[in-house]
Amino acid sequence: MSDDDLVRRLRAGDESAFVELVDAHQSSMVRLAQAFVPSRALAEEVTQDTWLAVLKGLDRFEGRSSLKTWIFRILANRARSTGAREQRTTPVDLSDEAAVDRRRFDAGGAWSDPPAHWADEVVARLSSGPLVSKVRAAISELPESQRAVVTLRDLEGLSSKEVCDVLEISEANQRVLLHRGRSRVRARFAEELAKR
Amino acid sequence: MKLPALRRDMVCRQAVELVTDYLEGALSRRDTRRFEAHLRACDGCEEYLRQVKMTISVLGRVEPEDLAPETRQGLIELYRQFLEA
Repeated sequence: MSDDDLVRRLRAGDESAFVELVDAHQSSMVRLAQAFVPSRALAEEVTQDTWLAVLKGLDRFEGRSSLKTWIFRILANRARSTGAREQRTTPVDLSDEAAVDRRRFDAGGAWSDPPAHWADEVVARLSSGPLVSKVRAAISELPESQRAVVTLRDLEGLSSKEVCDVLEISEANQRVLLHRGRSRVRARFAEELAKR
Repeated sequence: MKLPALRRDMVCRQAVELVTDYLEGALSRRDTRRFEAHLRACDGCEEYLRQVKMTISVLGRVEPEDLAPETRQGLIELYRQFLEA
């Protein structure tokens, strides 16, 4: 089903088209909204408001991006401003943030405390259960802009171009946020696996 | 991320900061070669890159929570109201 067909059906009052769209995107939208607002309930509320905004704005959909990207962009904007009202939003932090604690390196910049080997184990340990909730926790602890980028890129599997379209950021900014978000999650895995 | 042009060898502290640019294909050909050369010689950074790749793969397995039937029904109502308005 092409985006144009979907939009045409939505405007014609075809409920099955709307249900199709809701089933495809609602859960992902709530997950994205949670990057910006403090509770799941609020994320669901923002998502519902977004659907109404999408329906009212269908005439403005020009097909320059996909319908999904367009919907996600409306959602991100609304969630961001709701989050700001809830005082949770902090300005985008582009200051220096190291991927790895600098104390792990010697004066010359080589590892003094190299990473323990666990890359091959993490999946096996993950499927055993408790790590799954740790992964969710690690994501929820990310600063909001890192969380939004990691959610869209790594959880949803959007391309970098789509992420930039949704969040209205540059490719370079997207890479910085992705790098920091992934680095933090990796560090959390390392801590978790070191405990055992 | 730009590397100091005159510095031929890459150190681990720099390499870990280039991982995302490397995976995104955003490094210049020259920096890609230097990064790969460093990894061939550095067990710690090689493991580090594999950990980041595993992290990405694990993140990709996190499913969103299922849509509650009442939420779905609520949205269908929303659509009906929109059509009537």
